[in-house]
Amino acid sequence: MSTDPTRTDIHALSGAYAVDALDDDERAQFERHLAGCPSCQTEVDDLREAAAALAEVNAVEPPAELRARLLADIGTVRPLPPMIERGAHRHAPVRRRWVAVVAAAAAVIVLAAVGGLVWHPWTSSTSPQLSAVTQVQHAPDAQRFSAHGPDGATVTVYRSVSLDKAVVVAHDLAAAPDDEVYQLWLQDPAGTMHPAGFLPAGSDTSATLSGAAATAKGAGITVEPAGGSPAPTSGPVALVAFTS
Amino acid sequence: MNDLRPVPGGVPHEGAPPGPDLPALLRRSARGDERAFAEVYDAVSAKAYGLAVHVVRDPAQAEEVVQESFLEVWRLAARYDADRGSPAAWILTIVHRRAVDRVRSAESATRRDTAYHDRNQPVSHDETAEAATASLEARRVRSALASLTPVQREAVELSYLRGYTHTEIARMLDLPVGTAKTRIRDGLIRLRDTMGVGSVR
Repeated sequence: MSTDPTRTDIHALSGAYAVDALDDDERAQFERHLAGCPSCQTEVDDLREAAAALAEVNAVEPPAELRARLLADIGTVRPLPPMIERGAHRHAPVRRRWVAVVAAAAAVIVLAAVGGLVWHPWTSSTSPQLSAVTQVQHAPDAQRFSAHGPDGATVTVYRSVSLDKAVVVAHDLAAAPDDEVYQLWLQDPAGTMHPAGFLPAGSDTSATLSGAAATAKGAGITVEPAGGSPAPTSGPVALVAFTS
Repeated sequence: MNDLRPVPGGVPHEGAPPGPDLPALLRRSARGDERAFAEVYDAVSAKAYGLAVHVVRDPAQAEEVVQESFLEVWRLAARYDADRGSPAAWILTIVHRRAVDRVRSAESATRRDTAYHDRNQPVSHDETAEAATASLEARRVRSALASLTPVQREAVELSYLRGYTHTEIARMLDLPVGTAKTRIRDGLIRLRDTMGVGSVR
């Protein structure tokens, strides 16, 4: 991560990030940076506030039916409870970024529910003999989420809701620092990160994410002390939101 | 109160109506208070819908974006963090992201080819600016916008109001890659500084 060659001017992406003007790769890259950069977090928040002012001078009254529909809808949706801060506060900025991911992921879940979106990128050819990875990749409802890993590694998570399985495939994943490991996490709908196993380093490596994959809102990888941790103790080195 | 902040040296604010206490209304919404949520909607919906219409263009889709976004606001009200900004900015961030996601996934080709040239724009910039003249807040924003250089303003509007990426904007405007993102950031920083938003932490 510290050898990331783009690190020097990554701060310059804050403005474009604040107004959603980054493409997916840049956005993932900047979000990884953001998790560990309090000054960028503050700047992004402030620039979003500034951008919101543009909506002020471009306001348009929505149709009244919209209000009625919405107020009818909320009766069927339960508000989520607040995030419970657990343990030391020193990891608050990290937690905050996880929350952002949940929000983005949850947003898309609702979109899928409202819009009825289903994505079938791969045709069905499931067979019990296949490895977990192949099985998930070829499930009829397979979803694919990519992210950049540390030092140029690529990380792809495949998930099948019908199989309730998610797998992670990584390329060029350098060894973790001494006495540390890559730990996998699944984030539940309430935002809590659950340990989901470990990912070995290697040029071509994969692992199954253990846990409730179908209902998870996102997955991440952090570097943890050997043996793993019950909750993330550092910012994610790779992170995906389970969007459709 | 996080939605009205002091304006150092800006346009005087005293005539502005106090406006609803949105952070408190969001807290009540989080506890399932539908009436409080309706007030939040009434306070922010015109901004949200205007933003969605600018980005996605199609009024029917803009309505869907707003509806989905506010459902999200309802669901996530307990997660709103006042330290990070006003409720309106938080809500508009959700709306904007969703509007942008929609045009980028739906489109690929169609919108990009035609939309920048004036395909059925339901709302022109001038009309809306006209309609909002009454608001003091809008006057304040407009004077802040006037402090941007024309190229900064163009870059900020193409990204925020039209939903283009900085790379697309650079190509549209024949700029070297990297220039548009700088203009967006410089423009937003100037807006922030002129209006005195944020950095009260």
